[in-house]
Amino acid sequence: MAPDLWSLYALMLRSRLLEEGIAALWRDGLISGEMHLGTGEEAIVAGVVSQLRAGDAMALDHRGTAPLLMRGVDPVLIVRELLGLPDGLCAGRGGHMHLYSRQHLAASSGIVGAAGPAACGFALAAQHLNPGAIAVAFFGEGAMNAGMLLEALNLAAVWKLPVLFVCKDDDWSITTRSQSVTGGDLHERARGLGVPPINVDGRDVGDVWKAAQAAIARARAGQGPTWLHARCVHLEGHLLGFQLLRTLRQPLRELPKMSLRLTRSLLQPGGGGLGERLAGLLQVMAALAATMRDPRGDAANDPVRRARASLQAEPDRLRELEEQIGQELADVLARSLARAPAKAPADGPGEVLA
Amino acid sequence: MRSLSFSQAIDDALAQAMAADPRIVVLGEDIPLLRRELLVRFGPQRVRATPISESAFVGAAVAAAMGGLRPVVEVYMADFLGVCLDALLNHAAKVETFSGAQWTAPVVLRVACGGGYGDAGQHEQALWGWLAHIPGLTVVAPSTPADAGGLLLAALQQDGPVIYLEHKLLSESWLDFLGSGGRRTVTFDVPAAGAKGTVPSTWRPVPIGRAATVRKGGDVTLVSVGVGVHRALEAAEVLAAEGVRAGVLDLRTVSPLDRAAVCDAVAQTGRLLVVDEDYEGFGLSGELAAVVLEAGVSFQYARVCTRTTIPYARHLEEQVLPSSDRICAAARQLCS
Repeated sequence: MAPDLWSLYALMLRSRLLEEGIAALWRDGLISGEMHLGTGEEAIVAGVVSQLRAGDAMALDHRGTAPLLMRGVDPVLIVRELLGLPDGLCAGRGGHMHLYSRQHLAASSGIVGAAGPAACGFALAAQHLNPGAIAVAFFGEGAMNAGMLLEALNLAAVWKLPVLFVCKDDDWSITTRSQSVTGGDLHERARGLGVPPINVDGRDVGDVWKAAQAAIARARAGQGPTWLHARCVHLEGHLLGFQLLRTLRQPLRELPKMSLRLTRSLLQPGGGGLGERLAGLLQVMAALAATMRDPRGDAANDPVRRARASLQAEPDRLRELEEQIGQELADVLARSLARAPAKAPADGPGEVLA
Repeated sequence: MRSLSFSQAIDDALAQAMAADPRIVVLGEDIPLLRRELLVRFGPQRVRATPISESAFVGAAVAAAMGGLRPVVEVYMADFLGVCLDALLNHAAKVETFSGAQWTAPVVLRVACGGGYGDAGQHEQALWGWLAHIPGLTVVAPSTPADAGGLLLAALQQDGPVIYLEHKLLSESWLDFLGSGGRRTVTFDVPAAGAKGTVPSTWRPVPIGRAATVRKGGDVTLVSVGVGVHRALEAAEVLAAEGVRAGVLDLRTVSPLDRAAVCDAVAQTGRLLVVDEDYEGFGLSGELAAVVLEAGVSFQYARVCTRTTIPYARHLEEQVLPSSDRICAAARQLCS
């Protein structure tokens, strides 16, 4: 079976437009705290989630919006949750790092690596109660250094649990290059724990879909877990307002604040010798330089644009689809911003949005 | 004297200690960026990044301390201590007793904690009472830049494990990273006297286990720690206008508790009102009541604490975290 690129593109575009709307609401101050978007990883999420069926579970990380939307959760409920409204997906009490949908067997966590054990648990329940159903764990490559995830891989292997472990690898553990804090090879690591690895281009939705199809079939047939490794680029960095990207995008505003204190500290008497100080300075410069070599400008790293390029042979159909989805998402955002219901407290955000 | 922000004060005191003692090393997730000023002065051997592997690097720091280093381990948020609790609960806290007092683990955990910026209860917990419950752990939670630097120095001189809690609402760098992300469209109720203040030009340790009377008042004693101290001071101001004289005691150290200071203050007013951002049940607020009862002091008691999981929505979060309104209401009832 071949992937239906049109429906996959539709899922990805919906997700991208929704998250661009969310970013605007965040910038306007209507969403609080850390807001992690999934922009850049849509191909990975779409390639996997489009193949789930009723009874399958998802253990999500701190980027839960895209998987929930693609799984069929009402996007208005998601946005109203992020706005902290009482009729949001979790009554305004969970927020974007803690999104839950019992109906869709989907649970998020802001604790790095926690999706591993959770997926094992959902899969164990499925083994007993709903054979043929599977569980998916979404996490980043940074989580592959968290003990609980490595323990979960082993557990899934020895119990032949129907789990698809999906590693979304952008090589950044928040502000640290993952390569600099990761020993060995992740494929060997998964294989060493008894979970067969597959490598895909996480920017190519067709590639992800095909690999996920085989892994999901294996899990449904009782043959155990698979570890799917998909590389991607997070278009907004770790979170909205990410300090490294701010420095890149507004160097005149951010760099002077940073460099004055750095210089003062570098020249302060007491502390390391010249060699140590220079080595420290080089590390700071390397982190900034890595951000400067910004992969976000390259269209090849944007999975939505890549998927679109493959559909351009039918421009009329493409235009029609995009107009329809654009309208749909405009409606979603308008409904999300509608006045809060009467049960919202008088001083709650409902008034702010009126 | 000079003026520093809360986190700058901690970094400044840490730099002073590092210059004096080459055994002090700093490690944690994203440390090269978060502590870049220490990195360029002390070099990558002493200021190093870790993988996202709390149970490994916190556990390693405990044994590194036993091996002679003085590690300052940073954990992004107190909530994440859940991932590496074993290193604290079963190891750092046990070494001294189990070794027959021949060995200790002088490690300092610098941990951001607390709420008030809309990140919800998996990233905003205070947890100092929960940690202080474990014998063998010292727990400090400063509320001003001057105490922040002084307590860090004291923590580094302590012969055993210290959990040093840095409240995010007082730290402009944490609030910028996690709360505003450079936005000017969001506001936080930041206590000005806690976020910035005068500090000594050369740091001296602020003794661990010693509370500070930050406001005198004969009608009721408000006892708190961290941001709660500032909420209590705000409330005391409002209450003063109503004729109620409220004194405020800043514990500064949660464990060991300054029992004498608490008992003396409550003996004078006959009323104890605890303001605690940590959970109400089975925690610091109940412990304070027990300590005063054990001292044979007769008093009336109330508490304003966090009772439930901290919800995400800002207006719900405000209702759950201790506020000066709730403190005033409790104080009025207590004094009526």
